[in-house]
Amino acid sequence: MMKLRTFLFILCMAPLTVFAAPPGMPLDEAPINTKDNESLQRGAESFVNYCLTCHAASYMRYNRHRDIGLSEPEALALLVKTGQKAGDLMFTAMDKKEGEEWFGVLPPDLSVIARSHGADWLYTYLRAFYRDSSTVPGWNNLVFDRAAMPHVLYELQGEQKLVVETIGGEEVQSLELVKAGTMTVGEYDQYVADLVNYLVYIGEPAANDRKRIGMYVLIFLFGMLGLTIALKREYWRDIH
Amino acid sequence: MSKGLNALREWIDARFPMTSNWEAHLSKYYAPKNFNFWYYFGSLALLVLVNQILTGIFLTMNYKPDATLAFASVEYIMRDVDYGWLIRYMHSTGASMFFVVVYLHMFRGMMYGSYRKPRELLWLIGMAIFFVLMSLAFTGYILPWGQMSYWGAQVIVSMFGAIPVVGDSLTLLLLGDFNLSDATLNRFFAYHVVTLPLLMIVLVFVHILALHEVGSNNPDGVEIKANKNPETKIPVDGIPFHPYYSVKDIVGVIVFLIVFCTIVFFAPEFGGYFLEHNNFIPANTLQTPDHIAPVWYFTPYYSMLRAVTVNFLWIDAKLWGVILMGAAVVIFAFLPWLDRSPVKSIRYKGPIFKFALTMFVISFFVLGYLGMKAPTPLYTLLAQIFTVVYFAFFILMPWYSKIDKTKPEPKRVTK
Amino acid sequence: MADSFSIENEMNGRRRFLVAATSVAGGIAGAAVATPFLLSMMPSERAKAAGAPVEVDIEKLEPGMLLMVEWRGRVVWILNRTPEMLATLAKLEGELADPNSERDQQPDYAQNQTRSIKPEILVAVGLCTHLGCSPVFRKEIAPEDLGPDWLGGFFCPCHGSKFDLAGRVYSNLPAPTNMVVPPHTYLTDTRLLVGAESKESA
Repeated sequence: MMKLRTFLFILCMAPLTVFAAPPGMPLDEAPINTKDNESLQRGAESFVNYCLTCHAASYMRYNRHRDIGLSEPEALALLVKTGQKAGDLMFTAMDKKEGEEWFGVLPPDLSVIARSHGADWLYTYLRAFYRDSSTVPGWNNLVFDRAAMPHVLYELQGEQKLVVETIGGEEVQSLELVKAGTMTVGEYDQYVADLVNYLVYIGEPAANDRKRIGMYVLIFLFGMLGLTIALKREYWRDIH
Repeated sequence: MSKGLNALREWIDARFPMTSNWEAHLSKYYAPKNFNFWYYFGSLALLVLVNQILTGIFLTMNYKPDATLAFASVEYIMRDVDYGWLIRYMHSTGASMFFVVVYLHMFRGMMYGSYRKPRELLWLIGMAIFFVLMSLAFTGYILPWGQMSYWGAQVIVSMFGAIPVVGDSLTLLLLGDFNLSDATLNRFFAYHVVTLPLLMIVLVFVHILALHEVGSNNPDGVEIKANKNPETKIPVDGIPFHPYYSVKDIVGVIVFLIVFCTIVFFAPEFGGYFLEHNNFIPANTLQTPDHIAPVWYFTPYYSMLRAVTVNFLWIDAKLWGVILMGAAVVIFAFLPWLDRSPVKSIRYKGPIFKFALTMFVISFFVLGYLGMKAPTPLYTLLAQIFTVVYFAFFILMPWYSKIDKTKPEPKRVTK
Repeated sequence: MADSFSIENEMNGRRRFLVAATSVAGGIAGAAVATPFLLSMMPSERAKAAGAPVEVDIEKLEPGMLLMVEWRGRVVWILNRTPEMLATLAKLEGELADPNSERDQQPDYAQNQTRSIKPEILVAVGLCTHLGCSPVFRKEIAPEDLGPDWLGGFFCPCHGSKFDLAGRVYSNLPAPTNMVVPPHTYLTDTRLLVGAESKESA
C-alpha cells in the first residue's frame, strides 16, 4: 500500500517540478488602491492629459466618475477640454486613420486594458522606457519589446538607457536614468501608480460596489446556513 | 380557507395530475436514507441550470450578436446596464460551476456504480446532457468576441476539418462563411440561446423521469426496492424525498451559494480561469495571442488533442488527436458494459478498481493542467503518458473488474 | 421490518417555527435576487445620456413658427405664438375639457392660461394624450375640414382629437387630457433648455 501511495504521489508531483516561472522581465507590484479617491482623481486627470490624446476609453462615461467622488460638474471641469457632455463616452480626439499612420497600429482602447494586461504589467511598462535610436519612435521598452508607443511621459520621468551586465554568465538587463525629468523617481512612480490605479478602476467601475454588496450577501447566506441546518436536523430526527 | 383550497385541489386533480405527480416525484418518492456528500450535486446541477437560463435571458436583452458590436455590448452590460455586471458574472461563474458540479456528479456515479443495471439508460441520458453542456459552453464562450473567444473557436472548428471526406464541407456548414466571422457568431448565438437550452431542458426532464422510474442508487450500491415493508410496500431503507431530502438539499444549496457568491463578488475572473485575461482584448482576426488555451473545463480533452504527434495506421496525427478527444468523452457512455464487477459500489470493490479510479482522476487533473500550458517536448510526453492512463481505465476495465477481489455487498444499506 | 422513518414529530412547534423562518428568509432572498434583475430592465446609462436635456436656440424663431426638437426620442414643439394666437386662448375656454390646466400635465410654473413660462413661447411634447400619435399643427382659421369655429390649434389625424394653441384638449373627444408640457427653463433670454429645470439637476 505504501508503495502505491508513494508512486501516486510522485506521479502527481512530477509535472510540478518542471513548471518553472516563465522567462521575461520580473514585474514590479503596482502600489494601487481603488478605494483611494484622491489617487484615482489624480490618475483621471493624467489620463485625460496624456493618454486620451491617442487612446480612447470608449466604454467609460464622464459622469460615471461619481464612483470616485467627482460630481457631474466636477467631472466636467476636471476632465473635459473640448465641450463633451456629461453622459458622453470618453472618445479620443485622434482620427483613426491618422493613428494608424503615425504609430503603425491603431492605439488600443484603454477601457479594459488593466483587465487584459494586469496592473503590475502596466505599472512596470510605464516606467520601463529607454532610449533606443534603432526603433521608429526612438524609444524601446523592457517589458514590451519594440512597443509602438513613444515615451509620452518622457518630460516627467527623464531619459533612461539600457544597461546590460553579465552576472555569473547570465545577461541581466537594467535601466539607468541618464537625464533627469521634472519629477524625482519617487514622484514619477507615484504618478504612474495613480494612473494605473485609474486604469484598474475604469477596467471595472463597479468593482467596489461588487465587493461591498458581496459582504452583505455572504453575511445573509451564513445566517441562512444556520437556519437551514437547524431545519434539516429537526426533520432528520425522524430517521432511524 | 383550507376547505376552499381542498376544493381547488380536487378541481385541478380532476383535470391535471397535480397531486399524483407531487407524490410520485416528491412526497412519496422513496430515496435511500444513506445519501452522503456526493449526492448533493444532482440538485445543484439543476440549480445552476436555472441560474444560467435566468441570467441568460437577461443578458440577451442587451447583448448584440454582431461581430462589430458584440465585445462592446458585453462591456455595455458591465457598465451601463444597472446591475448588468452582476448578471454577467453570475452567468460566467455559473458556466464554470456547471462543470464543477457535473464533473463531481459524474464522479459520484463512477464511484458507486450508478451506471450499472438498471440505470444504463439513465447514465446514457446523462452523457447526452454532458455533451449538450459542452456544446453550450463552447457556443457561449464565443459570444463576448474577445481574442480567446475567436481563436479558441478557430481551433475547435478546425478540428472538424480533420474529419476525412466531409471535413471541409462540415467546416463551411458550421461557419457559414470561409472563415470564422460575423455569420458564425450569429448562428452560434442562435444555438446558444435557443437550440441547445431547449435540448438541455428536455434531456434534464427525461433524466429525472428515468431516475424516478428506476430509483436512486446509493453509496452502498444495493437496491432498496429489493427490501420492501410487506404491509406498506415502502422500501425499508427508503425515506420520502420530501421533506427529508428537500430540507437536506437546501443546506447543500446554501453552502454552494456561499462558494458561488464568493466567486461572483470577490473573484469573478477566478485568477483568469473563469474569465481569461486575453478575452478582454477584442477579437483580432490578424493576430493570435501568444498563448491560447481553452477554459479549464475543456483542458483535459485539449491535452489529448495535442498529445498525438505521429501519423500511424494511414491516419494523420491531426485526425488521431480529434478522434482521441472525441473518444475521451464518448467512452464514458460505455461504462455500464465495461464494468464486469459483481458489486456496484467502490466500498465493496477491490484494490485494483480503487487504484484504477485514482489513476483516472490523476490523469484527468494532470491532463487538465497540461492543457493550460504551452506545449514543450516534456509536456507533450507527459500528456501522451496520461492519455494512455486515461484510456486504460476504461479499456482494461472488463478485465480488471472481473479479476478484482471484491467484498460481499450487504443486504441493507449501511450508515 | 419497520420503515426507516416515522413521522411522529410532524409539525411540532419547533418544526413549524423553523419552516416559517426559512420560508421568510427564502422570500427575502428571492426578492433580493429579483431586485437587480428588475433594475437591469430600467433605462441604462446610455439611454439616460441619450435622454439628457436638450439646449435650443430660439433667437431665430419667428412669431407664428413652430420648431420641433427631439428629447428622449420624442418630438417636442416650441411654438412662438403671435398676439392674435394668444387672444384665441380665452375665447375657447368653454369648449375645453380642462381649461385651467388643473390636471397634472405640466410643471407648476406652466400652470397658467398660456401654459408657458414666457406667454408667447409654448413648449409641449408633441404627442396626443389619447394613443400617442403626433397631432398636426393647423394654424389656419376655419379651414374646410375642421369647421368654421376652428381658431387654430393642433389636430390629431389618428382619432380626431383637437387641441388649442396652448395644447389644451377640446372636450368630448378621445384624448382625455391636455398635452404634456415638459420641464424646461431659459438659460438666457433666447437659449432654452428642454428636459430639466436647471443644468445641475439634469
